[in-house]
Amino acid sequence: MIKIEKLHKSYPIGKDSLHVLKGLDLHIKEGEFVSIMGSSGSGKSTLLNIVGLLDNHDEGNYYLNGQKIEKLDEKKAAILRNKFLGFVFQSFNLITYKTAIENVALPLYYQGMGRKERQKVAMQYLEKVGLKDRADHLPSELSGGEKQRVAVARALATNPKVVLADEPTGALDSATSASVMQLLKDINREGMTVFVITHEEDIAEQTDRIVRLKDGVIISDEKVNKKVNA
Amino acid sequence: MLKFLIDKDTWQEIYSSIRKNKMRTGITIIGVMWGIFLLVVLLGAAKGVENNFNKIFGSFATNSVFVWAQSTSKPFKGFQEGKRLTLKVSDLENIKKEIEGLEFVVPRHQTQALAVNNFKSGNFGIFGDYPELDNVQKKDLVYGRFINDNDIKEKKKVCVIEEEIYKQLFDKGVYPIGTYIKINNINYNIVGMYKEGQIGGGGPQGNIHIPFTTFQQVYNRGDSVGWMMVTGKPEYDITQIEADVKLLLRNLHKVHPEDERAFGSFNLGERIAQVTRFLTGMQFLTWFVGIATLIAGVFAIGNILLITVKERTKEIGIRRALGAKPWEIKRQIILESVFLTSIAGALGIIFGGLVLMLIDATIGKGPDAALTNPTVDIPVVLIAALTLVVLGTLIGMIPAQTAVSIRPIEALREE
Ligand SMILES: Nc1ncnc2c1ncn2[C@@H]1O[C@H](COP(=O)(O)OP(=O)(O)OP(=O)(O)O)[C@@H](O)[C@H]1O
Ligand SMILES: [Mg+2]
Repeated sequence: MIKIEKLHKSYPIGKDSLHVLKGLDLHIKEGEFVSIMGSSGSGKSTLLNIVGLLDNHDEGNYYLNGQKIEKLDEKKAAILRNKFLGFVFQSFNLITYKTAIENVALPLYYQGMGRKERQKVAMQYLEKVGLKDRADHLPSELSGGEKQRVAVARALATNPKVVLADEPTGALDSATSASVMQLLKDINREGMTVFVITHEEDIAEQTDRIVRLKDGVIISDEKVNKKVNA
Repeated sequence: MLKFLIDKDTWQEIYSSIRKNKMRTGITIIGVMWGIFLLVVLLGAAKGVENNFNKIFGSFATNSVFVWAQSTSKPFKGFQEGKRLTLKVSDLENIKKEIEGLEFVVPRHQTQALAVNNFKSGNFGIFGDYPELDNVQKKDLVYGRFINDNDIKEKKKVCVIEEEIYKQLFDKGVYPIGTYIKINNINYNIVGMYKEGQIGGGGPQGNIHIPFTTFQQVYNRGDSVGWMMVTGKPEYDITQIEADVKLLLRNLHKVHPEDERAFGSFNLGERIAQVTRFLTGMQFLTWFVGIATLIAGVFAIGNILLITVKERTKEIGIRRALGAKPWEIKRQIILESVFLTSIAGALGIIFGGLVLMLIDATIGKGPDAALTNPTVDIPVVLIAALTLVVLGTLIGMIPAQTAVSIRPIEALREE
């Protein structure tokens, strides 16, 4: 599903440049549940953004769903994002003046789906994250955990191939974190590829595979010993 | 694109984004409205002044000069200064013969007298006129005709009255033509009536015109002429004609050739040229102010859009992450600004129109109105409004373009 070879990324800082990703190789197959760990500044978000086509890489190859990503214009990138990718951000990134259901329906709007259909699909996903009764609430009227669940519903709405989550539980307490993680586990069990960044060991433990990053290189990449997961 | 425009979702998006950004919406609308409003009112007022001018001077041939006799101010050929002079009918013949470039020379007499109709009466200006007066001062006749050659030849007791006279001497609804009024105890048959408000000089409350020859006879004027109106052919300079006529008159009346005060004159052509220059200047100023206002309005809109797009960079980033194509983002911003500026423009036109109506109702009425019928050309206003919308949008495009040209991640990072 996601294949990365010798990926490099630098940020220009004034005249110099900061080499953030130094030749990563990573292969994530369809249906995997992968977490990335690493200290702050190790390049986790940078990697995820490149995978999410929100940013571009400097060197190396990136294949998304078998398609080589290079010299992508923004229109094509937008179409790919809409079709293959769903995002969950640490800071939720809901549109503040839209209700929960409108937020969930937004990617469907950009997909060109009709209004009625959109409402129906959005409602299904809201139901899936357990927020059917909050459909007409604005983000400001929702708790952090609820907001993140709306964001998950939005990421799922277009039925993407991969869900990318950058510290989805970073702003949540442990109880709400657990419910969001449960959601991600559920959708993974339904076959969705899920790729999350986290700082917390116990969150990473709940995934199938942990990739550890340090100073822009992968220092370990191992399967999690499956205890009996609930 | 059409589908996009008629799509309910498009307008839903615009509605919610406008509601979200009330401040921006308010400022934009006020900015554009003010620009258009000012333009409408300024143009309307300028038009009103122009109309007013046309009402006052419009009836006169522009290339004309009034000439009358005064007293000498220099002794000449044995005559003391201060000799009273009178224009003669023969002077007109000579002028017609000698001066180049003349179109009409129309002699007039003028006095004031009491006119009576049954129990109503008033003091009016009485003019002795030739039919040719109509050539130099167009009369807008409501009923009947002006004085004709036959009236002149037979020294008929007929008169043409100004509408104002009718209002003062007649009961409402009475048809004046064919009825008689008494002027200095002589009955005159009314043959015509013209619209009031046209300058004629003389009468404080309105003018009555009788045949020149009748005037001569009734008021014992012999072969004298009260004053005359001289009109030049369009290609001739009226100021030159004015000087020539006065020089000739000084010659005929044996007045010192440099005695400027012997004959008086009023150069209407020159005066009209002055006013026309003033009007042109005013129009220029109006346009200048109007366009400056519009440009300021455009920049205001652009600025506001710039700020709001910056404010919305994060939102745009989110939308792009969800798969919005650059063009989808841009057209939304464009449509928003077109929608806002159009509404504001329409409001500006409406308010401007209302103010013009108010001006018309307050200071635009009556014979001494400051403005007459202040109006604006609809196409002019629409073009101005359209310019505003287009320019506002183009300027708004700049931030929209920036918002889609940075990488989505940078837009998302914006706080
Ligand atoms: N736009 C940018 N311009 C310059 N430097 C950047 C930019 N984005 C990130 N960096 C730098 O790149 C490095 C990696 O950043 P990244 O956000 O990938 O770290 P991270 O692993 O996600 O850290 P955290 O756990 O704190 O989120 C950091 O040193 C950061 O300062
Ligand atoms: Mg990060």
